[in-house]
Amino acid sequence: MSSLYDEVAPTPGADVPVRRVTIDVNGQKRTVDVEPRLLLAHLLRQGLALTGTHTGCDTTSCGACTVLFDGRPAKSCTMFAVQADGHAVETVEGMGSASGLHPVQEGFKEEHGLQCGFCTPGMMLTAKALLERNPDPTEDEVRWALSGNLCRCTGYQNIVNAVLWAAKKMRDEQTQEA
Amino acid sequence: MALDEIKIGGMGASRRRVEDNRFIRGKGNYVDDIVLPGMLHMEILRSNVAHARIKSIDTSAAWEIPGVRLVLTGEMMAARNLAWMPTLSYDTQAVLATDKVRFQGQEVAAVIADDPYIAKDACSKIVVEYEQLPAVVNPFEAQDPSAPLIRDDKENQPTNKIFDWEIGDKERTDQAFAEADVVSKIDLHYPRSHPSPLEPCGSIADYDRATGKLTVFMTSQAPHIVRAAVAMVAELPEHQIRIVSPDLGGGFGNKVPIYPGYVISILASILTERPVKWIEDKTGNLISTGFGRDVYLRGELALRKDGRILGMRMHTVSDHGAFFADAQPTKFKIGLMHSTFACYEVPAAHLTSEGYYTTKAPGGVAYRCSFRVTEAMFFQERMMHAAANDLGMDQAEFRRLNLVKDDMFPYRTAFGFLTDSGQYGKCLDIGLEAIGYSTFKQEQEEARKRGKLLGIGISTMTEPLGAGNSREYDIIGIKMFDSAELRVHMTGKAILRTGAKTQGQGHETTWAQIVAHELGIPAEDIVVEEGDTDTAPFGMGTYASRSTPVAGAAVAMVARKIRAKARKIAAHLLEVSEEDIEWELGRFYVRGNQERGVTIQDCALAAYSNVPDGLEPGLENNAYYDPPNLTWPFAAYICKVEVDAETGVWDVLKFVAVDDCGVRINPMIVEGQIMGGLTEAYAMANMQYITFDEEGNCIGSNYMDYLLPTAWETPGFELHEVVTPCPHHPIGAKGVGECATVGGPAAFVNAVMNAIEHTGVRNVDMPMMPNRVYEALQTGEDVSGMPPMKVE
Repeated sequence: MSSLYDEVAPTPGADVPVRRVTIDVNGQKRTVDVEPRLLLAHLLRQGLALTGTHTGCDTTSCGACTVLFDGRPAKSCTMFAVQADGHAVETVEGMGSASGLHPVQEGFKEEHGLQCGFCTPGMMLTAKALLERNPDPTEDEVRWALSGNLCRCTGYQNIVNAVLWAAKKMRDEQTQEA
Repeated sequence: MALDEIKIGGMGASRRRVEDNRFIRGKGNYVDDIVLPGMLHMEILRSNVAHARIKSIDTSAAWEIPGVRLVLTGEMMAARNLAWMPTLSYDTQAVLATDKVRFQGQEVAAVIADDPYIAKDACSKIVVEYEQLPAVVNPFEAQDPSAPLIRDDKENQPTNKIFDWEIGDKERTDQAFAEADVVSKIDLHYPRSHPSPLEPCGSIADYDRATGKLTVFMTSQAPHIVRAAVAMVAELPEHQIRIVSPDLGGGFGNKVPIYPGYVISILASILTERPVKWIEDKTGNLISTGFGRDVYLRGELALRKDGRILGMRMHTVSDHGAFFADAQPTKFKIGLMHSTFACYEVPAAHLTSEGYYTTKAPGGVAYRCSFRVTEAMFFQERMMHAAANDLGMDQAEFRRLNLVKDDMFPYRTAFGFLTDSGQYGKCLDIGLEAIGYSTFKQEQEEARKRGKLLGIGISTMTEPLGAGNSREYDIIGIKMFDSAELRVHMTGKAILRTGAKTQGQGHETTWAQIVAHELGIPAEDIVVEEGDTDTAPFGMGTYASRSTPVAGAAVAMVARKIRAKARKIAAHLLEVSEEDIEWELGRFYVRGNQERGVTIQDCALAAYSNVPDGLEPGLENNAYYDPPNLTWPFAAYICKVEVDAETGVWDVLKFVAVDDCGVRINPMIVEGQIMGGLTEAYAMANMQYITFDEEGNCIGSNYMDYLLPTAWETPGFELHEVVTPCPHHPIGAKGVGECATVGGPAAFVNAVMNAIEHTGVRNVDMPMMPNRVYEALQTGEDVSGMPPMKVE
């Protein structure tokens, strides 16, 4: 249990205000008491033990903390947890299912779209949102969509390839279903 | 039948990475993901000024905040003899400042509290009274007689100079210059850059008083070095220290040094008897941890009219910050700078170096670089570019003429390195063909008539990767070998551990491929573990592209030891003498009767169930590999750019990389390393640098000021491959992780220079930001990133 969301008054007598919020996290309603200043990234990581959301820069620059907020990419290191009250948050742990990976996850492995893995969750969620909006993006559209997420290892080319790989797979699956 | 090596994931297979299975699910295990019962959180208060005497520190208000468990200052560290610690370059570094602060961002106090928010709150309540002293922000200021003495804590340190160092043959070099037809000169600044892995540094120290055991989870590229250092500094028994490097979110040299935060968290855990977690924020990482470069490079070439190099002189002036904490082999004060010009025939060479203290963050680390070879090769290729122009020779032709030829190996360089193999000319030719070099000059001329500025830049280089051998290479006395331990279980599955530490290079995938190659055990049957000093064999860690050259060699050697024992077991099982046994991938058979054989898995089972008399049971072993030499990969990087004359903005039209890193274990991973390295090269050439104002304030302390390239501006790269196996490496491999970062920058810079040098400009210092390029175009004069360099 983390003191951050549970034991809000770590020392008796401390007068720390708390607010109760309910957030849909990866399809499950989670109700927690939080300090108003608690960042969403910290609630996810420490409070809810969803450590796939990483914090890299603390200044909304690197995108390692990207989650989908009502389906749109948002950097959770510069959002308060209270801002997510009543909203839906998807993290990397919500991608794919017990039985299988999301095509974007498959694409990252298939095309060697990651090395150290630290930027990967944010990259994949940004890519997933792009493909939901634009199932057949050009390379430039992929690069532009990912330009809020930094990677220090790959040089991006394989990340772009991974997203294009996933796009094709998703289109092929759609065609088969139709 | 022998196995299909590619099918079992052996050498040469572009096997998909094992570690990805957890990373793509968000199930990586980085230091900040680890939670221990009862864990406290630590925050560091850093100096906001560059140079000042500490008059007082008042922590009383911090202690009063509910949830604060401990507030540490330098005085409290000093009482335990921990206010200072040794560095990897035989200097000392303050853990928490006692007398003075010597750079902006230096550690002044630490708060340990129930959660990180409380720790941050309490830090803001600590009042430090400073008496400010003048800042010293470059090595030229540092050598001024009126400069303040930065290291007044040291005895026998009357000035700010750290070292003078030289190598080479001065007399023969002077002679070469006396005989030269043409002397070509260049002056460069390689600006300070930060490796900046996305994950900052951090640690969780967990001291158990009952057992006396200290466990530290931390972001280290070299956990065994940390264990040895902690044993020496904290005077704790080494067998009671366990250092664990879990998944690392990138390293690039930044996670080699031992930082004050690690040490403070250890003491905090000992004092509180609770686990203490310290996670640095990005600003802390950028302003206080190991930077790269910050060297002024001046040099000249003695040339014959026909284009042959007669001699080379080089002088470096380096800025090491407030503490000499460079991570590099002990013997070499300016790293392997003397590897410069190793791919060219240079009869005589002389290098002199001076290093200085300044009031900037310490730690000249090898940022994706084998100890300053990045600076060495940048100097080399900028010098070559200038010399070809001075001679009026074609850039490619000038290089081809002076490159070491294929039949000259092993080749002794002017500074005494022994390069082992290569096909330098072939790599260059492939690159030239791919970029369309033969028609470029015409294209450039025609474009210029239409007002468009095109340029091509070439960078060809070899570099020394894979320190040791141990005769020449050590860090704080520890010899630079590496190790592997292999245990083959009864069912033929195996676990491999090495003394290296992956940070994205994919060791969990590639080490298994080497074992598959040597033993025929499918790679998927082998698990690889690294980074836990309680279980991994002693090794020097991963940096300087040394994993494959050293630890990778140890993996091959331990697998061969296992095979030798398995052969004895096979002879026993097949009831023939050992001499009558033949090996094919995955299987022993009786000579002359290939049908009659046993698999490696049969031997593994027998090792635990049916051992011949006189042989000890089990099938496990370890190997310590001390390389006979460094490995010497070669690369030709060729870049074509267009410069916008109106704005100074330049775009990469095409980039061709021809890499010869010997035998490739996993081609997919090798290509990933090259593309990543080229991107860092592009970053340094284009935007990525950290500078300081006159007061020593760090400009570039966050990602809004310290620019890193995104997917949008990073160009695409065209990769080509040449394979010249390393003659002394057990599987013929050479290092590769850093080649592109080392050789890449000069290709970009030479290309931009080629596009604008018709105006008379000779040099624009990195990063070649649009304003610098525009200024050069407007004035026709050099744009320097350096303060004026003093010449004796």
